Amino acid sequence: MSAAEGFVVDDEMLAGVRRDMLKFASLQLRDETLAEDVVQDALVAALKNGRQFAGRSALKTWIFAILKNKIVDQIREKCRTTNVSAISPEEANMDEAFERLFKENAHWTPEARPRDWGNPEESLREKRFWIVFDACLKHLPENTARVFMMREFLEFDTNEVCQELSITASNCHVILHRARNGLRRCLEKNWFMEGVQTC
Amino acid sequence: MLSCKEATHLVSEGLDRSLTLPEKIQLEMHLAMCKGCRNLKSQMSFLRQACKSYLAQEKGQTDSTRSR
Repeated sequence: MSAAEGFVVDDEMLAGVRRDMLKFASLQLRDETLAEDVVQDALVAALKNGRQFAGRSALKTWIFAILKNKIVDQIREKCRTTNVSAISPEEANMDEAFERLFKENAHWTPEARPRDWGNPEESLREKRFWIVFDACLKHLPENTARVFMMREFLEFDTNEVCQELSITASNCHVILHRARNGLRRCLEKNWFMEGVQTC
Repeated sequence: MLSCKEATHLVSEGLDRSLTLPEKIQLEMHLAMCKGCRNLKSQMSFLRQACKSYLAQEKGQTDSTRSR
Protein backbone atom coordinates (compact mmCIF):
# COMPACT_ATOMS: atom_id res chain seq x y z
CA MET A 1 0.00 0.00 0.00
CA SER A 2 2.77 2.41 -0.83
CA ALA A 3 1.23 4.69 -3.43
CA ALA A 4 -2.16 6.04 -4.22
CA GLU A 5 -3.92 4.71 -7.29
CA GLY A 6 -3.00 6.65 -10.36
CA PHE A 7 -0.14 8.40 -8.60
CA VAL A 8 3.13 6.65 -8.12
CA VAL A 9 5.93 8.01 -5.97
CA ASP A 10 8.81 7.34 -8.32
CA ASP A 11 12.49 7.54 -7.46
CA GLU A 12 13.16 10.48 -9.70
CA MET A 13 10.46 12.55 -8.08
CA LEU A 14 11.63 11.56 -4.65
CA ALA A 15 15.18 12.56 -5.48
CA GLY A 16 13.93 16.00 -6.48
CA VAL A 17 11.92 16.47 -3.31
CA ARG A 18 14.82 15.20 -1.24
CA ARG A 19 17.16 17.75 -2.83
CA ASP A 20 14.76 20.59 -2.00
CA MET A 21 14.34 19.28 1.54
CA LEU A 22 18.09 19.14 2.08
CA LYS A 23 18.57 22.66 0.90
CA PHE A 24 15.78 23.92 3.15
CA ALA A 25 17.01 21.97 6.19
CA SER A 26 20.64 23.02 5.69
CA LEU A 27 19.65 26.66 5.53
CA GLN A 28 17.74 26.38 8.79
CA LEU A 29 20.12 24.18 10.72
CA ARG A 30 23.47 25.23 9.21
CA ASP A 31 24.76 21.73 9.69
CA GLU A 32 24.88 19.39 6.70
CA THR A 33 25.01 16.16 8.68
CA LEU A 34 22.15 17.17 10.89
CA ALA A 35 20.20 18.28 7.83
CA GLU A 36 20.73 14.86 6.20
CA ASP A 37 19.44 13.12 9.33
CA VAL A 38 16.39 15.33 9.63
CA VAL A 39 15.50 14.89 5.96
CA GLN A 40 15.88 11.12 6.21
CA ASP A 41 13.66 11.00 9.30
CA ALA A 42 11.02 13.16 7.66
CA LEU A 43 10.98 11.08 4.47
CA VAL A 44 10.68 7.82 6.36
CA ALA A 45 7.89 9.22 8.52
CA ALA A 46 6.06 10.63 5.51
CA LEU A 47 6.24 7.51 3.36
CA LYS A 48 5.58 4.80 5.92
CA ASN A 49 2.36 6.54 6.69
CA GLY A 50 0.86 5.09 3.51
CA ARG A 51 -1.49 7.99 3.12
CA GLN A 52 -3.01 8.66 -0.26
CA PHE A 53 -2.08 11.80 -2.11
CA ALA A 54 -3.89 13.70 -4.79
CA GLY A 55 -0.59 14.29 -6.59
CA ARG A 56 2.94 15.54 -6.44
CA SER A 57 2.31 18.84 -4.77
CA ALA A 58 0.04 17.34 -2.11
CA LEU A 59 2.77 14.86 -1.28
CA LYS A 60 5.37 17.58 -1.18
CA THR A 61 3.28 19.77 1.11
CA TRP A 62 2.81 16.83 3.45
CA ILE A 63 6.52 15.95 3.48
CA PHE A 64 7.51 19.54 4.15
CA ALA A 65 5.04 19.81 7.03
CA ILE A 66 6.77 16.83 8.61
CA LEU A 67 10.18 18.26 7.82
CA LYS A 68 9.32 21.55 9.50
CA ASN A 69 8.39 19.70 12.69
CA LYS A 70 11.63 17.75 12.64
CA ILE A 71 13.60 20.96 12.15
CA VAL A 72 11.82 22.60 15.08
CA ASP A 73 12.71 19.63 17.28
CA GLN A 74 16.37 20.07 16.36
CA ILE A 75 16.25 23.80 17.01
CA ARG A 76 14.74 23.15 20.45
CA GLU A 77 17.50 20.68 21.16
CA LYS A 78 20.19 23.08 20.04
CA CYS A 79 18.77 25.96 22.02
CA ARG A 80 19.23 24.15 25.28
CA THR A 81 22.93 24.63 24.82
CA THR A 82 23.13 28.04 23.12
CA ASN A 83 22.19 31.46 24.35
CA VAL A 84 20.32 33.01 21.46
CA SER A 85 20.15 36.47 23.00
CA ALA A 86 23.93 36.82 23.36
CA ILE A 87 25.30 39.13 20.67
CA SER A 88 28.08 37.67 18.55
CA PRO A 89 30.80 39.90 17.02
CA GLU A 90 29.08 39.53 13.62
CA GLU A 91 25.83 40.72 15.09
CA ALA A 92 27.56 43.65 16.78
CA ASN A 93 29.05 44.53 13.38
CA MET A 94 25.63 44.46 11.78
CA ASP A 95 24.29 46.77 14.46
CA GLU A 96 27.17 49.21 13.96
CA ALA A 97 26.63 49.13 10.20
CA PHE A 98 22.96 49.90 10.80
CA GLU A 99 23.81 52.90 13.01
CA ARG A 100 26.01 54.27 10.23
CA LEU A 101 22.99 54.49 7.91
CA PHE A 102 21.74 57.46 9.89
CA LYS A 103 22.78 61.04 10.45
CA GLU A 104 23.05 62.45 13.95
CA ASN A 105 19.38 63.38 13.94
CA ALA A 106 18.52 59.69 13.28
CA HIS A 107 17.32 60.31 9.73
CA TRP A 108 18.79 58.46 6.73
CA THR A 109 22.03 59.64 5.23
CA PRO A 110 21.44 60.32 1.52
CA GLU A 111 23.45 57.24 0.45
CA ALA A 112 21.68 54.92 2.86
CA ARG A 113 18.11 55.98 2.13
CA PRO A 114 16.22 52.83 1.05
CA ARG A 115 15.63 52.76 -2.72
CA ASP A 116 12.51 52.05 -4.66
CA TRP A 117 12.79 48.43 -5.82
CA GLY A 118 10.14 48.88 -8.50
CA ASN A 119 8.21 45.66 -8.98
CA PRO A 120 10.31 43.28 -6.90
CA GLU A 121 7.70 40.49 -7.35
CA GLU A 122 9.02 40.00 -10.85
CA SER A 123 12.33 38.88 -9.37
CA LEU A 124 10.62 35.96 -7.65
CA ARG A 125 10.40 34.22 -11.00
CA GLU A 126 14.09 34.56 -11.71
CA LYS A 127 16.39 31.75 -10.75
CA ARG A 128 19.32 34.12 -10.28
CA PHE A 129 17.37 36.10 -7.71
CA TRP A 130 17.05 33.01 -5.54
CA ILE A 131 20.76 32.37 -5.71
CA VAL A 132 21.37 35.88 -4.37
CA PHE A 133 18.59 35.45 -1.80
CA ASP A 134 20.15 32.21 -0.51
CA ALA A 135 23.57 33.81 -0.34
CA CYS A 136 22.15 36.73 1.66
CA LEU A 137 20.40 34.35 4.07
CA LYS A 138 23.58 32.38 4.56
CA HIS A 139 25.41 35.60 5.21
CA LEU A 140 23.26 36.37 8.28
CA PRO A 141 24.82 35.41 11.64
CA GLU A 142 23.56 32.06 12.91
CA ASN A 143 21.26 33.12 15.72
CA THR A 144 19.87 36.05 13.79
CA ALA A 145 19.11 33.73 10.88
CA ARG A 146 17.54 31.14 13.14
CA VAL A 147 15.05 33.58 14.67
CA PHE A 148 14.23 35.03 11.26
CA MET A 149 13.69 31.63 9.70
CA MET A 150 11.52 30.39 12.54
CA ARG A 151 9.38 33.43 12.03
CA GLU A 152 9.27 33.55 8.23
CA PHE A 153 9.85 29.99 7.02
CA LEU A 154 8.48 27.87 9.83
CA GLU A 155 5.79 30.53 10.36
CA PHE A 156 5.81 30.71 14.12
CA ASP A 157 4.27 33.79 15.63
CA THR A 158 6.61 35.98 17.65
CA ASN A 159 5.38 34.67 21.02
CA GLU A 160 6.10 31.10 19.98
CA VAL A 161 9.58 32.03 18.79
CA CYS A 162 10.27 33.73 22.15
CA GLN A 163 9.04 30.70 24.04
CA GLU A 164 10.93 28.14 21.99
CA LEU A 165 14.18 30.07 22.20
CA SER A 166 13.67 31.47 25.73
CA ILE A 167 14.16 35.09 24.71
CA THR A 168 12.10 38.16 25.57
CA ALA A 169 9.65 39.66 23.10
CA SER A 170 11.69 42.84 22.79
CA ASN A 171 14.81 40.81 22.12
CA CYS A 172 12.94 38.90 19.46
CA HIS A 173 11.90 42.18 17.80
CA VAL A 174 15.47 43.46 17.89
CA ILE A 175 16.75 40.28 16.27
CA LEU A 176 14.06 40.27 13.55
CA HIS A 177 14.74 43.93 12.83
CA ARG A 178 18.45 43.16 12.50
CA ALA A 179 17.75 40.23 10.19
CA ARG A 180 15.38 42.17 7.94
CA ASN A 181 17.75 45.10 7.64
CA GLY A 182 20.67 42.84 6.89
CA LEU A 183 18.71 40.99 4.24
CA ARG A 184 17.25 44.04 2.58
CA ARG A 185 20.65 45.74 2.47
CA CYS A 186 22.19 42.62 1.00
CA LEU A 187 19.47 42.28 -1.66
CA GLU A 188 19.60 45.98 -2.45
CA LYS A 189 23.34 45.86 -2.96
CA ASN A 190 23.58 42.56 -4.80
CA TRP A 191 20.36 42.39 -6.77
CA PHE A 192 18.17 45.46 -6.99
CA MET A 193 20.94 48.02 -7.41
CA GLU A 194 23.39 45.72 -9.08
CA GLY A 195 25.09 47.67 -11.82
CA VAL A 196 23.26 50.87 -10.92
CA GLN A 197 25.75 52.25 -8.43
CA THR A 198 28.88 51.94 -10.46
CA CYS A 199 30.72 54.73 -8.71
CA MET B 1 8.09 63.37 15.73
CA LEU B 2 9.36 59.92 14.81
CA SER B 3 12.89 59.62 13.44
CA CYS B 4 13.69 57.35 10.49
CA LYS B 5 15.59 55.04 12.82
CA GLU B 6 12.56 54.69 15.09
CA ALA B 7 10.34 54.22 12.05
CA THR B 8 12.42 51.22 10.90
CA HIS B 9 11.72 49.52 14.23
CA LEU B 10 7.99 50.16 14.04
CA VAL B 11 7.84 48.96 10.43
CA SER B 12 9.59 45.73 11.37
CA GLU B 13 7.53 45.21 14.53
CA GLY B 14 4.39 45.85 12.52
CA LEU B 15 5.14 42.56 10.77
CA ASP B 16 5.24 40.70 14.09
CA ARG B 17 2.65 42.30 16.38
CA SER B 18 -0.27 44.73 16.12
CA LEU B 19 0.98 48.24 16.64
CA THR B 20 -0.86 50.40 19.17
CA LEU B 21 -3.03 53.19 17.82
CA PRO B 22 -0.55 55.95 18.79
CA GLU B 23 2.25 53.95 17.15
CA LYS B 24 0.20 53.53 13.99
CA ILE B 25 -0.60 57.23 13.81
CA GLN B 26 3.00 58.27 14.38
CA LEU B 27 4.24 55.81 11.80
CA GLU B 28 1.64 56.83 9.20
CA MET B 29 2.50 60.49 9.68
CA HIS B 30 6.17 59.73 9.26
CA LEU B 31 5.62 57.57 6.17
CA ALA B 32 3.47 60.23 4.57
CA MET B 33 6.46 62.54 4.59
CA CYS B 34 9.36 60.15 4.15
CA LYS B 35 9.95 58.37 0.85
CA GLY B 36 12.96 56.46 2.22
CA CYS B 37 10.89 54.87 4.98
CA ARG B 38 8.04 54.14 2.56
CA ASN B 39 10.58 52.26 0.44
CA LEU B 40 11.83 50.48 3.56
CA LYS B 41 8.30 49.35 4.36
CA SER B 42 7.79 47.96 0.85
CA GLN B 43 11.16 46.24 1.03
CA MET B 44 10.36 44.56 4.33
CA SER B 45 6.95 43.41 3.09
CA PHE B 46 8.65 42.03 0.00
CA LEU B 47 11.01 40.01 2.21
CA ARG B 48 8.02 38.32 3.78
CA GLN B 49 6.51 37.62 0.38
CA ALA B 50 9.81 36.18 -0.85
CA CYS B 51 10.06 33.85 2.16
CA LYS B 52 6.52 32.64 1.52
CA SER B 53 7.40 31.96 -2.11
CA TYR B 54 10.57 30.15 -1.16
CA LEU B 55 9.16 26.63 -1.09
CA ALA B 56 6.96 27.21 -4.11
CA GLN B 57 10.02 28.33 -6.04
CA GLU B 58 11.87 25.14 -5.08
CA LYS B 59 8.94 23.18 -6.45
CA GLY B 60 9.03 25.10 -9.72
CA GLN B 61 12.69 24.38 -10.17
CA THR B 62 12.22 20.68 -9.58
CA ASP B 63 9.37 20.60 -12.06
CA SER B 64 11.45 22.24 -14.73
CA THR B 65 14.35 19.83 -14.20
CA ARG B 66 11.95 16.93 -14.49
CA SER B 67 10.35 18.01 -17.71
CA ARG B 68 13.70 18.43 -19.45
